[in-house]
Amino acid sequence: MCATCGCGTDDSHDLKELDHHHHKKIVDVEKDVLHENNLLAQRNRGYFEAKNILALNLVSSPGSGKTSLLERTLIDLKNELDFAVIEGDQQTSNDADRIHATETKVTQINTGKGCHLDAHMVLHAVQGMKLTQNSILFIENVGNLICPAMFDLGEKERVVIISVTEGDDKPLKYPDMFYSSTLCIINKIDLLPYVPFDIEKVKANAKKVNHKLEIIELSCTSGEGLELWYNWLKSKVLAPEIA
Amino acid sequence: MHELSVVMSIIDIAQKESSKANASIIDEIEIDIGCFSTVEIDAFEFAWQQAVKETILETTVKKVNHIKGKAKCLNCSAEFALENIYDACPVCGEHLIDIIEGKELRVKSLIVS
Repeated sequence: MCATCGCGTDDSHDLKELDHHHHKKIVDVEKDVLHENNLLAQRNRGYFEAKNILALNLVSSPGSGKTSLLERTLIDLKNELDFAVIEGDQQTSNDADRIHATETKVTQINTGKGCHLDAHMVLHAVQGMKLTQNSILFIENVGNLICPAMFDLGEKERVVIISVTEGDDKPLKYPDMFYSSTLCIINKIDLLPYVPFDIEKVKANAKKVNHKLEIIELSCTSGEGLELWYNWLKSKVLAPEIA
Repeated sequence: MHELSVVMSIIDIAQKESSKANASIIDEIEIDIGCFSTVEIDAFEFAWQQAVKETILETTVKKVNHIKGKAKCLNCSAEFALENIYDACPVCGEHLIDIIEGKELRVKSLIVS
């Protein structure tokens, strides 16, 4: 302890006195900037695991067909699986209205000026939803291939959707999202004859960014490939534990 | 523009850590930002200038360590500098790589008084 002013009684080992007589100290923080978000995401994840809910974070640019894929999936698998949806958009409840029309439980989050969902928003959305045991929760993120990449929501899998009307170099231009996803859906393949989109090239590009990425090609309009997506979903749903 | 959220989180961490250390002034903050952290430095600087106004970080000197990318090849175990996430291993040409440095985004330390 300092005899002059009595400072230095703090025995915390991560405080070091730098300039004693100006009372400057170094605090070793070593904390992830997204620490708070990550804690809340883990809390969400724990909740989902406890209720055996498969939470999927759907990300893409605007207009890739996230909502159309959901509508189709919710209707086709209505009698086989139990679903709920969280819709993220800057404004309007248009997407939630579309999901509501399929008679699925849905909550809309409007991010206002925000460009992504975060774990805190999802936590509050989930609180009001009364999710059922052994269900699938789709979290449709804000249409944006950049910002949502950074924010863990507590999901089990992240699904990135790209459509054939976009550029086949998209995985290289927006690598973070493809790097952090586990499944890539290439949508609107019924339009392939009309657009200069090289599907083999996009797959190769996506694999360059993330060698573990699974890829499914489908069309919500023609229905081609949907079976693969449904099988993937069913394979991810854990059989409920028998008590 | 998720950089604003990043800056807000940094302000939050700085406030909590400085009050834990019973400090009222933060003279310096040291932040690690990896090149694959998805933070765009220009956007970060712009968000910083606006967001720190009237906070404990308003007059703080900001020191940013830009951390370069480094990867390990899962095929041949070579370690190499990684410029783009989609780069192949320079030794064997495989894309089976694991990023080992460059994803950092953390508040490293504060100098408080």
